[in-house]
Amino acid sequence: MKLLTNLISGLSLGSVYAIIALGYTMVYGISKMLNFAHGDVIMIGGYMSFVMSVYLGMNAWLALLIAMFVCTCLGILIERLAYRPLRGTGSLAVLITAIGVSYFLQNVALLIWGANPKMFTSLFEGVQPIRLAGGSLTVTAESLFTIAANIIVMIVLTLFVNKTKAGKAMRAVSEDNGAAQLMGINVNQSISLTFAIGSGLAAVAGVLMCSAYPVLTPTTGAMPGIKAFTAAVFGGIGSIPGAMIGGLILGIIEIFARAYVSTELADAIVFACLIIVLLVKPTGLLGKKISEKV
Amino acid sequence: MKKKFTRFAAVAMAGVMAFALASCGGGHPFKKDTLNLGNAGPLTGGAAIYGNAVDRGGQLAVNEINAANPDGVQLAWKAEDDEADPEKSVNAYNTLMDKGLNIFIGTTTSGAGVAVAEKADEDRVFTLTPSASQVAVTEGHDNVFQLCFNDPNQGVAAAQYIMANMKDKKVGIISQQNDYSQGIKEKFVSEFKGEIVAQEVFAKDDEKDFTAQLNAMKDAGADLVFVPIYYTPAANILTQANKMGYAPTFFGVDGMDGILTAENFDASLAEGVMLLTPFVASANEEATQKFVKAYVDAYGEEPNQFAADAYDCVYAVYNAFNQTGLEATADTAEICEAMIKVFTGGFTASGVTGAEMKWNATGQVDKTPKACVIENGVYVQK
Amino acid sequence: MADRILKSISTRGLKNAVRGSEYKKEALISYGLLIAGYIVLQLGAVSGLIGRNLQGQFVPICVYISLAISLNLVVGISGELSLGHAGFMAVGCFSGVLVARVVGLHLGFEPAVVLIAMFFGAVMAALAGFVIGIPILGLRGDYLAIVTLAFGEIIVNLMNVIYFGFDGNGHLKFAFNHPIEGIEDNDRIIAGAIGATGTKTMATFTMGLLLCLFTVFVVLNLKNSKQGRAIMSIRDNRIAGESIGLSVRKYKLMAFVTSAALAGMAGALYGLNFSTVAPLKFNFNTSVLILVFVVLGGVGNIWGGIIAAAILTVLPEAFRQFADYRMLTYAVVLILVMIATYNPTIKSRVSAIWAKLKPVKNKDKDKDKPKKAKKAGKEGA
Repeated sequence: MKLLTNLISGLSLGSVYAIIALGYTMVYGISKMLNFAHGDVIMIGGYMSFVMSVYLGMNAWLALLIAMFVCTCLGILIERLAYRPLRGTGSLAVLITAIGVSYFLQNVALLIWGANPKMFTSLFEGVQPIRLAGGSLTVTAESLFTIAANIIVMIVLTLFVNKTKAGKAMRAVSEDNGAAQLMGINVNQSISLTFAIGSGLAAVAGVLMCSAYPVLTPTTGAMPGIKAFTAAVFGGIGSIPGAMIGGLILGIIEIFARAYVSTELADAIVFACLIIVLLVKPTGLLGKKISEKV
Repeated sequence: MKKKFTRFAAVAMAGVMAFALASCGGGHPFKKDTLNLGNAGPLTGGAAIYGNAVDRGGQLAVNEINAANPDGVQLAWKAEDDEADPEKSVNAYNTLMDKGLNIFIGTTTSGAGVAVAEKADEDRVFTLTPSASQVAVTEGHDNVFQLCFNDPNQGVAAAQYIMANMKDKKVGIISQQNDYSQGIKEKFVSEFKGEIVAQEVFAKDDEKDFTAQLNAMKDAGADLVFVPIYYTPAANILTQANKMGYAPTFFGVDGMDGILTAENFDASLAEGVMLLTPFVASANEEATQKFVKAYVDAYGEEPNQFAADAYDCVYAVYNAFNQTGLEATADTAEICEAMIKVFTGGFTASGVTGAEMKWNATGQVDKTPKACVIENGVYVQK
Repeated sequence: MADRILKSISTRGLKNAVRGSEYKKEALISYGLLIAGYIVLQLGAVSGLIGRNLQGQFVPICVYISLAISLNLVVGISGELSLGHAGFMAVGCFSGVLVARVVGLHLGFEPAVVLIAMFFGAVMAALAGFVIGIPILGLRGDYLAIVTLAFGEIIVNLMNVIYFGFDGNGHLKFAFNHPIEGIEDNDRIIAGAIGATGTKTMATFTMGLLLCLFTVFVVLNLKNSKQGRAIMSIRDNRIAGESIGLSVRKYKLMAFVTSAALAGMAGALYGLNFSTVAPLKFNFNTSVLILVFVVLGGVGNIWGGIIAAAILTVLPEAFRQFADYRMLTYAVVLILVMIATYNPTIKSRVSAIWAKLKPVKNKDKDKDKPKKAKKAGKEGA
């Protein structure tokens, strides 16, 4: 019973990591950059949705749509202004810029919304959690929906990347930027589209995360951002199913480490697991093997 | 070589630009003929809420005093950002010193407080901290005083209160891996004579999931959970306990105060939460109501205990300074020695966080915390 | 012979071979910058021209310079992205503080105590670097980066549960995962998440300068040794390096451990500059901060790192006048500076100006890409 309880908690937490990791992995796959500002786009998504639903009294789902729209624009804007000027200069320069963008977003949020936490209204406000086994097992609507959203997003993204023209263009750019350009693919457009999708997903992730864990502050996205990045690497960065599996496993490991080993050392255990996985499978669980040419 | 020069040129240019920009920034409130009060606290970053509260509370008191006594000593207030980091806090304190600091209204956070207290002692700057609660802040420094309870004080008070009033409870503890929370927890554990059935921690300010900790509490049968933590993570803990259908008595300390000010917070989640706090915003005392009203008028939100502490600090320092008979233009070190004499010479201060507060020679305050329980969204004093 | 092959593999090594003066120049500029900076700042402090705020940052600036140079050894010279440098700083900091406290009981001469603490901090951090480096250095690129990030977090987590202190009889006590029982607050040295507390602050600016000089000395000498050329050739072409019989792991480990040891030294000095330091200080954000210094100063460029570390440490302080907008301004400046230094268009434009100023030295560099004058003008202004 205890095992099942912890497993459910782990899946709930993991599904949040997974949906963030999906956005991460999309962006990484195509631009090969570690977008450390992704977590902060999530935070902005959370705040936008909060503003729409609480201040303007909008329906929570409509608020989610608006948050997605705002984050999509934000993602395109960030890519255009901060990342594109540095394209082709190596991943390090872009990494540092991403960190600058992350500071920027956090401090903008601090100036606009202040430091006092806001309590997010869940998408499923009022929906009672399902209680099983006489109340000792609780499954919340938030975690059920987050897991469902993960699966849907994963399938849609996979189909999009494999079946549509735009998706194929993305994969081509991801594979070989220069060759894609020679084949007449508009690289700028492809990358913009990736950022748009990744950031739109970030808004969804933000709303779902805040629905499950309602405290919203300007630094809300930072830690989950890093954890989700870890999850994406865990699953094999660039791989869409990998991100989801990585996220879920990471969540379960985290909860199990706390429940069965020690809350004091939980973080150490999570990261130690990551290291072990990478030592055994150097490109993550589902990552592609990189062959080296001489 | 050219590449390096290019880069250097660009960096240098940006640096020069930035400095040029910085030097034309706004004026500083510290003047030669004012009594300059400064604070170092986190105005940005994860702990910004506490630093901002202190800044606002202090500023409010300074405005009130200046308006009420146009002919008396005029005060000036400035809070510098330290991101709750000892290194930055020393920088913030040094900035204040550069501008002509007379009396230091401490750092807002503990770790920073310990680092700066040493510098303030070397410089002989009188310090009254609103909320840096570690013992090490005042220890060994005759010029550093605390207006808040110190950590052991809170841990001991909480342990004694629980032993006296709820001694049959099985106690669990959820604490955070930071100086504040661990300081209180350690003293609580060594003082508490009852049964502690579970102890769990969490690491970060923005930790999301507490189900593992809460399950551990539940499995151990804890019916009172002592949470010596700040209210941001506490809000998450209360929400998740509610979802799990786990409803022990949550017992917090001063960091829990403010939970009702979180925007859009469902007060029913905090129903029955107990806390030891020096300040209750809904108290009937005239001084408190006046302060709360003024604060809400000025900033549009209810003050938490940090704001109240800072407000009291300024009044205490002002009253004590008037007893020294010095002018605002007096030397900072001279002010320091005179203030120490006043503070250790039977000076009492009354304010919104306590009546008749007295200080001992080590700088610790003597006041009694109020035990409150949250009922229907308001504090009810026990 | 092997050395010659190395030189021909590594592009920079080749440059060194052709223009041997490069090394001397880099050393001269680096040492010169440090010493000149030291003299100027000391004079400024003595004459009262430099305020307390800046004076208080002298030691942290030195520490960050040293960290930037040591990280450059991994990022620039060995070519691996490390996101956990602050972890080694943490190891050095806490072991240094511990040793200083114990040695300080018997030794009154503070500079000697600091030196011993720094030495011990370096040894412990090197040990940590060795233990971590052995398994992970086989990983590539971003995967290695994430593993270093993971180790940084693990180190901070472990520091959160380590306790050191003196018991009533003055014996050193250690506890893991729980506080030491029955110990006075005064006698705690390292108290879990509270961190190092009650430290006597002994670090001085002169110590900081010595640290920086030593770091530059070690890194430059390694860079220009046979081993350094091996490290760089592996960076530039791993397979070619392997094919002439270089042990990739050995040379990467050499750079990694040296870098960790230097970071440990810097950490020890940092710990002795504040009466308290909490483990949280050494989290991912600090690692990233050091990386920012390295990248902004120019990957692999020692003296660029010195300047970047010094400027970026002081910058947030200089922005205090912006009050609430301080960190926002810092973020914007960081992004703009990154674009200004790395954007190919702006870069070529700036170097064109530079070439005009110094026509003789740069006459062979007129292969600039087409310029977008408007854009460059806007962003460079």
